[in-house]
Amino acid sequence: MSTLLTVENLSKTYVLGGGWFGPARELAALTDINLTVEAGETLAIVGESGCGKTTLGRCIIQAQKVSKGTVTYHPKAGGDVELTSLNKRQIKPWRQDIRMIFQDPMSSLNPNMRVFDIVAEPLRIHKICKGRELEERVISTLEKVGIPAEAVGRYPHAFSGGQRQRIGIARALVLDPKLVIADEAVSALDVSIQAQVLNLLEDLKAEFGLTYIFISHDLGVVNYIADRVVVMYLGHVVENAPTEMLFERPRHPYTELLLEALPIADPLRRKGRKTEVRGEIPYLGNRPVGCPFHTRCKYAQDRCRTEKPALRPINGTAQEAACHFAETLDLKGAYEDAPAKEFA
Amino acid sequence: MPLIPMADKPILTISDMSIVFSSPDEADIEAVRQVDLTLTPGKTLALVGESGCGKSVTARAVLRLLDRNASIPRGSILFQPGGEAPTDIARLKQDSLPLRAIRGSQISMIFQEPMSSLSPVHTIGDQIDEMMILHEGLKPKAARERTVALLDQVGIPGARQRAEAYPFELSGGLRQRAMIAMALACTPQVLIADEPTTALDVTTQAQILDLLRQLQADFGMAMLFITHDLGVVAEIADEVAVMYLGDVVEQGSVYDVFARPSHPYTQALMSSIPKMARKAERVRLSPIKGTVPAPRDRPDGCAFTSRCPYAFEPCATVRPERTDVGNGHHARCHLLTRQPVEAVA
Ligand SMILES: Nc1ncnc2c1ncn2[C@@H]1O[C@H](COP(=O)(O)OP(=O)(O)O)[C@@H](O)[C@H]1O
Ligand SMILES: Nc1ncnc2c1ncn2[C@@H]1O[C@H](COP(=O)(O)OP(=O)(O)O)[C@@H](O)[C@H]1O
Ligand code: SF4
Ligand code: SF4
Ligand SMILES: [Mg+2]
Ligand SMILES: [Mg+2]
Repeated sequence: MSTLLTVENLSKTYVLGGGWFGPARELAALTDINLTVEAGETLAIVGESGCGKTTLGRCIIQAQKVSKGTVTYHPKAGGDVELTSLNKRQIKPWRQDIRMIFQDPMSSLNPNMRVFDIVAEPLRIHKICKGRELEERVISTLEKVGIPAEAVGRYPHAFSGGQRQRIGIARALVLDPKLVIADEAVSALDVSIQAQVLNLLEDLKAEFGLTYIFISHDLGVVNYIADRVVVMYLGHVVENAPTEMLFERPRHPYTELLLEALPIADPLRRKGRKTEVRGEIPYLGNRPVGCPFHTRCKYAQDRCRTEKPALRPINGTAQEAACHFAETLDLKGAYEDAPAKEFA
Repeated sequence: MPLIPMADKPILTISDMSIVFSSPDEADIEAVRQVDLTLTPGKTLALVGESGCGKSVTARAVLRLLDRNASIPRGSILFQPGGEAPTDIARLKQDSLPLRAIRGSQISMIFQEPMSSLSPVHTIGDQIDEMMILHEGLKPKAARERTVALLDQVGIPGARQRAEAYPFELSGGLRQRAMIAMALACTPQVLIADEPTTALDVTTQAQILDLLRQLQADFGMAMLFITHDLGVVAEIADEVAVMYLGDVVEQGSVYDVFARPSHPYTQALMSSIPKMARKAERVRLSPIKGTVPAPRDRPDGCAFTSRCPYAFEPCATVRPERTDVGNGHHARCHLLTRQPVEAVA
């Protein structure tokens, strides 16, 4: 596999307030993110709301300026493109290769445009084609995602949530991208529709040789769809591992906490969890020193409160974690075969 | 606080209840069609189904909190707290004394969005005190003592100080807890929870589910828990009722329904969610074809006809009976009266 995208030492700080209402405050949404995306993989990014998933996606597509660090794209044709160093005009051609799909298709689809024009717009902006060719390309893309040709004259409100998400996918795919960032793309859909869209994403990936960054808070879906998982906490990558290794035996206590909290659709595996899930996420402005997770970690030692653990491969494997004790902690995974308990 | 004795006798029995919405320029819509549901003290009934199937309106009917254009033209909602004579909530007058006595005191409700039941301009302590003063005639000082104990019980740290906080000063998880405390202020015998964890992160959700379980063990209330998440159902329910397009299509103990889903819709719902399994055991999802029709397009017969892979002759026109498949587990499907259950799966 070859690397498609490299994120190095990326940080993003939002500046809040300032002006008349007192001093400006800084909010470190991303801190020193390092990761790569391999061509052809589905890389999931998980973590609780506010941990920085969307910010990371937006920094990758350059919808947002990074505060520090670089994002480098490695096109198939060769040559490295440091996206973070390009200006608006220079970046335009690369915007075709990296596209984003959003959670709420309603807010990303212009309500005053017909579906045809919504999907045609990127082709027009990038001056890819026009006339008959444009028409054919739009219609065939819509058909690929399951929107029939006779519906292209309608406006977004005439479609159900699942269909709108398909339109959002068509808009992303019409430019023939290489990397698609799906930000909670199925989270707002009902399960039966979610299953349709997940299957569609898989089929499209196979057909067009796509690479996905799949941002989600649903670990059940992530286990199903992802090849590799990046776990984020308070703007940090705390674990990065092949999916099965991570769900089999997480190496970071926060990953264990997430898996512990995940409800499994099987009453025989009901969790008598009680005190296991502890505490709430601290506010990003007053982030603890040392390990970002130490305020909630049940394994925390003195060292954790002062010294920040580095993200590193664990015991020479493909599994990386940022915990001082990752090599030795025996953490609980999610697979656990169902106990043969009989209930009266 | 008083413990309500556990009993198998139902405290709330919804029978044959329909909910109809009318509008000036269109035909009436029967959003909920002749449903039967039973709540038992100390037990949780989960009502599960996709958006728009009628979960919230069913819940709101129990408190008669439906919109103005709604009516309950048939069926009954019998509320029967231990030993008392039953009251048919469906037939009480809006804003009547008996209804107000039940609402918020004997039956209370929590929502997905805490701010829909908390006032932004009063401290949470004042709001909870107020409930106790209003419904139980407590003196302000006594009410505050009980409020603090209750906030402590729902896991709000520093309860006495936090009672002075306004809702916006609390995090999402703490606000949810404050709303739960308010719903429990008068020790209700029935708690209706409408997607109380849907907007929360999994870790906070796990804490709130734990809390509700613990409170149920302490207070013994019956709980109607609404969710669209089968994982949450498996986690919290004793009984489960599956709704589709206004019908309760299947109902039974949570173990029976998950082990032997007997309605094609329940089966389809379960194969729409990914299993927590290793890659080697991975099976491609098999989604339900198409989308849910609008209530006005629902066939007279089985609501699932247009999407059911097994639909046959009588399905579109004849409504399937509520059929017992054993151990109080019911489903409405013609297959169950045509051939043995095994053939469905
Ligand atoms: N435009 C913005 N201005 C200020 N703060 C922001 C902005 N966007 C996001 N944030 C903050 O950055 C943090 C990360 O947000 P986000 O990337 O949206 O997280 P996630 O997608 O994981 O929920 C949050 O604390 C959020 O409030
Ligand atoms: N005020 C109303 N007027 C007309 N239809 C309504 C009204 N309120 C709810 N409905 C309809 O009732 C059905 C059930 O809604 P609801 O109970 O909110 O579903 P859910 O299962 O998502 O909670 C929906 O089809 C909805 O459109
Ligand atoms: S470094 Fe310490 S606080 Fe951080 S996750 Fe590991 S054990 Fe917990
Ligand atoms: S009654 Fe007919 S349409 Fe309805 S679920 Fe059964 S087989 Fe399918
Ligand atoms: Mg986000
Ligand atoms: Mg609802």
